[in-house]
Formats: sequence, structure tokens, C-alpha cells
Amino acid sequence: MSRGGRFWPVAVVLVITLSLEVAPLPGPMEYWRAPWVALAVIYWSMRQPGRYGVGTAWAIGLVLDVLKGTVLGEHALMLAIVAFLTIKFCQRLRVFPIWQQTAAIGAIAAVYVLIGVWIDGMTGDVEGGLLRLLPIFSAILVWPPLRWVSNRLITPLVEA
Amino acid sequence: MFLRGPSLGTRVILLGIFSVLLMYLDHREDHLGAFRNALSVAVYPVRVAVDLPSRGLGWMAETVSSRDRLLDENRRLREERLQFLARLQRMEALQAENTRLRALLDSTPRLADRVLVANILSVDLDPFQHRLVIDKGSSDGAYIGQAMLDADGIVGQITRVEPYSSEAILISDPSHATPIEVNRNGLRTIALGTGDSSRVILPFLPNNADIQIDDLLVSSGLGGAFPPGYPVGRVVEIERLPGEPFARVIAEPTGALNREREVLLVWHRAARAPAEDPESPSPAPDEPESQAPQRVGTE
Repeated sequence: MSRGGRFWPVAVVLVITLSLEVAPLPGPMEYWRAPWVALAVIYWSMRQPGRYGVGTAWAIGLVLDVLKGTVLGEHALMLAIVAFLTIKFCQRLRVFPIWQQTAAIGAIAAVYVLIGVWIDGMTGDVEGGLLRLLPIFSAILVWPPLRWVSNRLITPLVEA
Repeated sequence: MFLRGPSLGTRVILLGIFSVLLMYLDHREDHLGAFRNALSVAVYPVRVAVDLPSRGLGWMAETVSSRDRLLDENRRLREERLQFLARLQRMEALQAENTRLRALLDSTPRLADRVLVANILSVDLDPFQHRLVIDKGSSDGAYIGQAMLDADGIVGQITRVEPYSSEAILISDPSHATPIEVNRNGLRTIALGTGDSSRVILPFLPNNADIQIDDLLVSSGLGGAFPPGYPVGRVVEIERLPGEPFARVIAEPTGALNREREVLLVWHRAARAPAEDPESPSPAPDEPESQAPQRVGTE
């Protein structure tokens, strides 16, 4: 395999996270939808910053924009900044204990969500008020199990 | 990675500038339709895959429902059909009469509308906006601004058309306004969405306006977005505020905005339909009833 391991598990994860971003959720659960694609971008740019960088994140963001019907470039910008922050701090993020890492991921997720709110405000109306911030907490909640699953299941597939 | 190409910071700044440019072109100028269409074909499988579980559940429910229930439903549907057919006979006579009268009055005859059934994909776009995705796109002749109905009234309109799917906005979205009139007296106004799918508000009615609880609101057809005469809602609450110039009037949409799985797309612009959809000739004025539901595309 080429440098950095196999590509297809990463692609499969990407398709799954894209589906999770628009999968129907019952009632108020909608507000709690975690930023799945952003978390995947954080994971891969933390593990393999040389392979999955800001350009990849940006391109994935464009696909997410079309999928969610937002202004083209919105999620692209958000994910590029997420990848940038992660790669900037990846050396530290990787050696953090799990709780500290989760807090840092929460901060990156907050940047992601707030840029989204800001762009929505520029291009239209922002509805929902503080409910908009709930995805940050979902990100914090799902990060530890997500990291565990990825480390145990997906990384071995990539590096096998 | 620092050995080749621009540094990380430079790259992210370049991408940021490019994103802002894209957003400007897409939002302000609307230039990126073709690019979005190309990408949308790539994400269409994701949308369909996301829709599969709920479609599967529906299929399961149909498959395992008991014979008695199916028979029951069948009987009920048959009765309903008979009733509707009877009503339709009268309606055809009335329509012919209407066309004659309109000819006498020298006004243009109303064209009958052509409809197509579209399925709603259970895809959640944004919890704060009332938008949805349907499985008909430009390949089916759908166009931007096309009205969307269900069995009981107007549901919304199409805001973006892609080759195989479209995005639509519901009349309950806070950024949507529906031109309406009161069916009882023809009083015209505008209904705004509230973000609550069981409420629309009529904010521009003066305190002395002739409006009552339970008045039926129908689309007025002004503005050209919606065909005239379809039900939009029923007034449920009127509060006349003496200190304010306008009354607070709330209506409940007649269409099932958040419960339906299927909607009807309506072609009502005589000028647009033939150009966009060659297989349906524009209906001749003397036989308006020929354009009853032509195609029924269900799963």
C-alpha cells in the first residue's frame, strides 16, 4: 500500500458520516445532531496530517454543502479551518489524555459551529438561538466512543 | 508536508478566500448552478441511502399489515373514489360553464393544472429551516418556484432543482410568504411562516378587516408562484389589538406539512409548461379537463 495506508476505509467512513449528517432524527433529537463529518476530518487530520490536509477537508466541505443545500463554500470553509486547527495542534492533541483531548475537540467543534452560525447570519436569517450550540456538546459526548471505535476498528483496516 | 508547496497557513488562507468567493457567486449571483448540479449527482446516492431505512419500514408495515385491515382500507378507498368521481362529474360541467362564462366576459380562460406525484425523501437538511428534498428534479420537468400541494392544500414551493431531486421550502418556513385571499369575501393578504409547522401568521390585516375564525384561506395566485384557488389554511385565532395598526391573525395550514410522504407538483404556468416539459402539450382552452393527473409516479 502507498504511504499512509489504504484509502478505502477512509472513504467508507466519509460516506457513513455524510449519511449521518442528513439522516432523519426524531423530533428534538435533530438539534443534537453531532457534526459527524467535522469529527471525521479532525480524526484523520490528527492521525495523518500529511495525507489528509486542509485541501481534502475543503473538498469534502463542498460535497457537504451540496448535500445539505447550504451556500456553496460554507461547509468547505468551516472544514478547512477545522483541519487547519487540528493539524496545527496535532502533535499535542495526540499525546493529550482523553479528557483533555475531548475538551480540545470541543473547542474546535465550537469554532466550526460558530463559523457556521456566522455565515448563516450573513446569507440569511439565523433561527434557533442558543439551540444552535447544542452540536458542540454532542461532539464532546460522541468523541470518546468515536475515537475508541476508530482506533480499534478502522485504523487497523487502514494500516493493515 | 512543509517541504513542498505553500505552508499550511497560506493554504488555509487561500482556501478561505476561495470559499468566500464561492459563497458570493452562489448566494449573490447564482452562477454555480451547473457545478452544483454536477456535484448533486454524486451526493444523490447518499440521499437515497439515507431515505432507505424509513422506506423499508414503510414497506414492512405494508407487508405485514393484516388482511382485514387491507380489506378495510380498500373498501374505504373505493367509497371515497366513488364520492370523488361523482363530484368530478359535476366539476367538469361547472368547469365547462366557467370557461363559457369567462369567454362571454372576454377574460382569459383558466387553464387546468397538470400534476405529478413526488415522494419526499426523509433527509433532514437543517432543523431550523422548513425545507425538504423530493425525488423529482429537472429530468422530470420540475422548475424553481413550482408549487407543491398535498391532498388538503398548498405545502410549499421548489427552491432548487437538481437533475434527480429538488429542494423545496414549506409555507411554514419563517422566510416564506404565501399570497392568499379569504375564500368567503376575497380579502387579499399575505401569510408568513412562523417556523412552527402548524401555524402561519397573517400580519398585515387591519383591526377592522372582515375576517372570522374558521375562515378558509386560499391561494390568490398573485405573484404567480402558486396557482389560484387552492386551500392554504384555516383561521384559528384572531386578536384585535386596539393599540396596534394590525390585528394578530393566526391560521393553521390545511396541508399536512410535516406528516406527508408524498406531494403533488403542479404545472400551472401555461407559458412555462410546454417549454420545460415537451411531453405535455399546453392544454387547449376548449378542453381543460384533458389535463387531469397524467402520470402517477409512485414507488
